[in-house]
Amino acid sequence: MSEPPPGPRAPAVPAGSPVGPASPAASPAELDARAASPAELDARAASPAALAAALATRGYIVDDALAMTAFLALRMQRPLFLEGAPGVGKTLLASVLAEVFETRLIRLSCYEGLDLAQAAYEWNYPRQLLALQAHQRRLEAGGAGGAAAGDAADAAAELGGLYRDAFLMRRPLLQAIDAAAERAPVLLIDEIDRADEEFESFLLELLGEFQITIPELGTLRARHRPIVVLTSNRTRDVHDALKRRCLYHWIDYPAFATELEIVRRKVPALAEQLRRRMVAFVQRLRREDLSKLPGVAETVDWAEAIAHIAALGEPGDPAGSGGALDPATVDATLGLLLKYHDDIERVRGALAAQLLAESA
Amino acid sequence: MTGHADHGLDHGLGHGLGHGAGADPDPGREVVGFARALRDAGLSIGIAETEAFAQAVGWIDPLVRREVYLAARATLVRRREDLAVFDELFAKFFGGPSPDRGQAAPLAPRHDPHRVFRTALVSYMAERAETSAREVDVPEHEKAASGHELLQRKDFADCTAAELEAIARAMRELRLDLTLRRSRRLIRARRGDRLDLPRIVRDAARRGGAVLALARRRPKLRRRPLVVLADISGSMELYARILLQFLHGVTQRHARTETFVFGTRLTRITGQLQIRRVDAALAHAAREIVDFAGGTRIGECLHAFDRQHARRVLGRGAVVLIISDGWDTGDPARLAAAMRRLARRAHRIVWLNPLLGRPGYAPEVRGMVAALPHIDDFLPVHDLRSLQELAARLARIPRRKGAVDVGRSGGRSVARSVVPAPSGLAAVHARAVGWHRGEP
Repeated sequence: MSEPPPGPRAPAVPAGSPVGPASPAASPAELDARAASPAELDARAASPAALAAALATRGYIVDDALAMTAFLALRMQRPLFLEGAPGVGKTLLASVLAEVFETRLIRLSCYEGLDLAQAAYEWNYPRQLLALQAHQRRLEAGGAGGAAAGDAADAAAELGGLYRDAFLMRRPLLQAIDAAAERAPVLLIDEIDRADEEFESFLLELLGEFQITIPELGTLRARHRPIVVLTSNRTRDVHDALKRRCLYHWIDYPAFATELEIVRRKVPALAEQLRRRMVAFVQRLRREDLSKLPGVAETVDWAEAIAHIAALGEPGDPAGSGGALDPATVDATLGLLLKYHDDIERVRGALAAQLLAESA
Repeated sequence: MTGHADHGLDHGLGHGLGHGAGADPDPGREVVGFARALRDAGLSIGIAETEAFAQAVGWIDPLVRREVYLAARATLVRRREDLAVFDELFAKFFGGPSPDRGQAAPLAPRHDPHRVFRTALVSYMAERAETSAREVDVPEHEKAASGHELLQRKDFADCTAAELEAIARAMRELRLDLTLRRSRRLIRARRGDRLDLPRIVRDAARRGGAVLALARRRPKLRRRPLVVLADISGSMELYARILLQFLHGVTQRHARTETFVFGTRLTRITGQLQIRRVDAALAHAAREIVDFAGGTRIGECLHAFDRQHARRVLGRGAVVLIISDGWDTGDPARLAAAMRRLARRAHRIVWLNPLLGRPGYAPEVRGMVAALPHIDDFLPVHDLRSLQELAARLARIPRRKGAVDVGRSGGRSVARSVVPAPSGLAAVHARAVGWHRGEP
């Protein structure tokens, strides 16, 4: 460890000249209008603060810990391993990263038994079989005078022809290391905890070398390392060796201010006072002993529902300055926050009213 | 968004690090030192992590404490559980207050872990430590056939230390083959219900395009995960030691085992039981357990299990083994609710009750009564023989969830008439009695 730390290297995003502080001032409309230059893209990952700002312009609010981990993952070209309860925005971060760096999002959803054929590549077997049969028919048609030696050579050529690019079906992992791609994509490996150990060990190889060997074609290597995001809901422990290759971050439920900001951006129609009260209620609800705590996604859903109800309400009070959030409305909309019958039963009524009073 | 501006006056890494490459002759010293401190505290940190941290420091402002903290955390921590230890050590190593991690973790233990109470297990360990010098090992030849046969049925509670040693040895021989389930991964097979197209094409290409045989695949079989929840409260003290030894053996041989113990609170001891040496493993386990040896709050503990671990360990058709006498000082309604949720997630729940081995025992304790409707198998676990029976039974868990087990170990099978799955006290009690009736 005596060597000095490496200086800034070519980042995962298309390299440009080193840039000073980021200019997070661009509005979303502006962003849509034109494609950013490589230097601009690089500036978005110039510091944790710049990255946080770039994410925020697209509606994704991060705290400084996640900003730092994501920043380092980009700069050190390491996969980002996100763990946390459902609904805290693990998957969303990947797609917002793709937006920030104006690149493709390639998503692989994991499940038990996920294998190479579904994750990396597969040959198009029906077409291969048809090609074989067509070949055979050709042989039979012109085969009366065909010499045995010619047959053998033909068969060998056909065998090679069977495993050519046209018959290759590219699944997410192969797409992600596609050498032809202009720019590094974001590869989202979603819910890795659902895959089994066999797949994990394959992934370990891929994330080490960023190359895939297809026996019939040779080794394909990524020209740009993809920005890799792995998520886990922790339905089982992912093997340490895999985590070792990644930068790990546990996404907690957001603090009050962060969650308020998220809701403000997602549901701007709500009155501020009402929004504060709702976020406070959800935050308070998370301290209760429940089977499944509401995630940020649930808060946003609920806020949308309440916004609709508030809009229905008194005409003089269009955005609901607080009147929309009475215990009866909370009870009626509790299903947007809680997803287990036991939990709803527990909270509905007295407890909901009490929590609501506390979050006033 | 980032809060490091507030921490601008704090000092991060002492001198030189990242402050222009090569400014300090040994810039990595603090990085390495901190990594070592973490390793000493039990975090698994290797050279790769240390290098990653050193590399990360090159990307941040090493004089801002908050940035150093966040970079260290991003590169050195891989488990949420390690965060608390990490924070504490970071504060110790770099000075200053423990860094604020925002909200307190919702899973923080409710009890103060520093207050060590007398526990059944700890008292056992202490007792064992005192007597170990005088302990006489039972020579192999004394384990004569008749003696061995006698040990098979002797209640653990009545055994002498020497006899327990002999039982422990016999237990080491005990194999526990958990039943298999079909996974969703496919493997090649001579007979299977799915076609292996890659192989068919390959074979056809080799034969000039003719498909002569259909290669097939079938689901791969996997062992079911085993989750053990063992009661180590005062009333179970007599059995705790021997059962922990049994659990140690199970964990050693069966890779997918998660073990928890409970009294008034739940403790995960899987990691401790993975240590190979029995005594060391049990000592480690005992260290982990901080508990009263008085009441048992089974409902609370199962509830905690449901909240904190069930998601992670109860997937993939897990079999749950609960070892308890059912003496619950908590609310029976809470226990029933926890059992109901457990039953929904687990493939099968086996409840082992040492008292069930005593003649005339009826599960009338209210905790037991509350739990019974949700149990698939209610079995005794008081002697070596019952453990062997258990091993045999776990190898034959029905594939269908909630199915009534019709077979019996020992070659004989007592066919139970196909009635609706028994529920409630009467039915299970009938099963328990049936168990004894079958006993020779």
